[in-house]
Amino acid sequence: MDIIPALMDGLWIAVQPHNLALAVIGVVVGLFVGALPGLGSVNGVAILLPFTFVINEATSDPAAPMIFLAAIYYGAMYGGAISSITLGIPGASTAVATTFDGRPMALKGQADRALVTAAIASFIGGTVATLFFTGFAPLLSSVALDFGNPEIFALMLLAFATFIGLGGDDIPKTMFSIFFGLLLATVGFDTISGEPRLIFLNEREQAAVLGMVGADPEAVPFFDSVAWFSRGIQFLVLAIGVYGIGEMLWTINASRYKVTMTETTISAKRIWAGIVGMKDAWKGTTIGSLLGFFVGILPAAGATPGSLMSYGVAKMTSRNPRSYGEGNPDGVAAPEAANNSASTGAMLPMMTLGIPGSPTTAVLLAGMVIWGLEPGPRLFEDRPEFVWPLIGSFYVSNLVAVLVNLAFIPLFLAVLRMPFTILAPVIFVLSIVGTYAAYDNMNDVWLMVLFGFGAYFLRVLDYPLAPAVLAVVLGTTAEEKMRQSLLLSDGDFAIFWNPFFDRDGKGQDWWIAPITTWIAVILIALPIVLWAVRKMRGGSSVEA
Amino acid sequence: MKLLKNLTLGVAAIGMALTATAASAFEPSKPIDFVIMAGKGGGADKMARLMQSIVEKNELADKPLVPTNKSGGSGAEALTYMSGVGDPDHSIMVTLNSFYTTPLRQPGLKVDNMAFAPVARMAEDTFVLWVHKDEGITDFEGFLKEVKSRGNKWVMGGTGKNSEDNIITDHLNEAYGLDIKYIPYKGGGAVAKDLAGKQIQSSVNNPSEALGFYESGDVIPIVAFTNERLPMFPDTPTLNEVSDEEDFAYFMQRSVVGAPGMSDEAQAYYTDLFTKVFESDEWQKYKNDKSLMGEFMSGDDLSEYWGVQIENHEKILKASGAIK
Repeated sequence: MDIIPALMDGLWIAVQPHNLALAVIGVVVGLFVGALPGLGSVNGVAILLPFTFVINEATSDPAAPMIFLAAIYYGAMYGGAISSITLGIPGASTAVATTFDGRPMALKGQADRALVTAAIASFIGGTVATLFFTGFAPLLSSVALDFGNPEIFALMLLAFATFIGLGGDDIPKTMFSIFFGLLLATVGFDTISGEPRLIFLNEREQAAVLGMVGADPEAVPFFDSVAWFSRGIQFLVLAIGVYGIGEMLWTINASRYKVTMTETTISAKRIWAGIVGMKDAWKGTTIGSLLGFFVGILPAAGATPGSLMSYGVAKMTSRNPRSYGEGNPDGVAAPEAANNSASTGAMLPMMTLGIPGSPTTAVLLAGMVIWGLEPGPRLFEDRPEFVWPLIGSFYVSNLVAVLVNLAFIPLFLAVLRMPFTILAPVIFVLSIVGTYAAYDNMNDVWLMVLFGFGAYFLRVLDYPLAPAVLAVVLGTTAEEKMRQSLLLSDGDFAIFWNPFFDRDGKGQDWWIAPITTWIAVILIALPIVLWAVRKMRGGSSVEA
Repeated sequence: MKLLKNLTLGVAAIGMALTATAASAFEPSKPIDFVIMAGKGGGADKMARLMQSIVEKNELADKPLVPTNKSGGSGAEALTYMSGVGDPDHSIMVTLNSFYTTPLRQPGLKVDNMAFAPVARMAEDTFVLWVHKDEGITDFEGFLKEVKSRGNKWVMGGTGKNSEDNIITDHLNEAYGLDIKYIPYKGGGAVAKDLAGKQIQSSVNNPSEALGFYESGDVIPIVAFTNERLPMFPDTPTLNEVSDEEDFAYFMQRSVVGAPGMSDEAQAYYTDLFTKVFESDEWQKYKNDKSLMGEFMSGDDLSEYWGVQIENHEKILKASGAIK
């Protein structure tokens, strides 16, 4: 089928009144779900899945239910930025990287600009990804198939390499932060062996330890560590702790009881100024749009790693990396373009391979099965009346989302007019409610508070926190893929760096993983070597 | 979240006529925790979400089922979670055979299978040996020849360690003197994708997991590990047909269980609920389309079935050296 006429047909169906209305409702719902801490696209889509049966029966349009859910997905990607920027609490895990520079911009009185940048970058990211999707879906799905275990591990290694640049100049502290994050990522049940790790002691062992230190085991209540840690450390719990509670404590410390109020005014003129100001953020937008899409199409990744990696790459390739974390518009644009781009990208393996690339697409996949569609390699050929209107709706929803988002900006900015003495309790309450809402688990709330205090102390001691947060996100996948690769190679690390390593007894060459690995190794080694050289020359911290 | 949920339910209720029956004494008073013992995108996950949607679509329950994947440690995470859950009357779980194998392998978990409430066995899933079409293998004999010629470079992907897939792989290695390498994945979806991408050489996916790539022609079925040929693959022989001395068939339960400590009333409610799911057109269609077998089973029959299965799995795992 020719792409252009098929797309035109699809666009026409997507702008039919019922589909357009669904897209608008979906985007608005998504925007608020995304903006509420703890609730992300996955919650919104899962909660509203039953509602799609009503849509299905009412419209008898096969694409309508999916158009609605996809609009929620996009809306949530836009919405996540809002609380990241105005409150400093990530609205969803996909918007964690947006807090890095979005919050500092808001504190400098540029909240309106940060919000406009986020909205426009999201729009560009989403649209670029949709263009790729339209033109090359079948081709790109074969790229996803070429990424086996060693390739994905090499990609993770590349991501870790970009973290080194995230932590600033202090390489040992950055490394510490990464390893601490990796340690947290290992908590819970191990995929490969099935054994529990770092869930501490069972009842008998706890009694034994208490006996050893001379305490009466009967007097100390049993701490059910299995219930606490067997699920592992949930990423959102850590992120809200670090950026909600930790940030709030830091602000209290920094302002020392001075009541500060962030100055915000908003007018159409300022929104326009923000749009014009996008010229300072084109680089982040470009990196985010491209890298986000690529990470999104690989099953096992999704929008959260996509946005974090894009932030890392944008900072690393910047001529002025020090301005990142201080309120650089590129630092807002990169993750925001990336999470939208990646969420479109993640639709690709879901539709063409039947493999969800993110938690949200797993729910969407279930939806498709229920509506009688069979996601997989034949979907594009068998069900064009579903596929093309959906792709058409990606364009429409993105446009709707950016307009709705810009229209709501004055409302979101009102939050910032609250003095910090009011805002701090609000952040505290939202952090707790958000953590609880995410997994319905009270243990998570305690862990979140603990992480918040931990983050505050690490920050006082000048440890960079972003690398630890990133390591928690990618650590689990990286470890799983590394160990699967090593099983494949009988423990030989050559599978990662040697293109001539014989994986399957057929003597083929494999280039993707080794090339990626070598780039990663160079990226990791370079700053460490430069740092060592600087140290030897007399400890000057001036950049070479 | 609550507000949104209520809104949705409200709209859904207006949109559809309420047909829920209130026959049993127990009625759920809050959303039902619907735990899935496996990762996203695999056979168990797809099936659980289908059950959930059948319940939602036909308004079979007043409270929604809320699916959560607990895939860690071949189901160990789900089993420990269910054993310690605070409100057993609102906690049910979709299980597979790791329900037997994981507690056998990890006695430290202190999970007692028989303490779980036998709500309903919805089907028995089947296993088929798949290879990529580019391997040039068309029958089991060719498979054996090719695998032997690759030494230890032939890789089988499967879901979890000592899982169903691992048990079948061990059997092939032992019975035919092969040296197939087994690599555990998080879910059947990831296995299917890596087979289609030629990252691994074979899989023993359930038909529902491999169907997409079978229809596109990427993967081909070699043998079925069943007693009779599957209606969907009439040209694919069973392992017992192609091998003289074989008597090997292996199935996986697709059952719904209640948390240990569930009241009899609640168990009766869920058995009734899943009987309706089982009898629905959607479920029957899915069962046919995906080559699922097995009749509905619940209560004492299901407990008895578990007893036999646990005994069999203990033998299998002992034979393969996975447990002592």
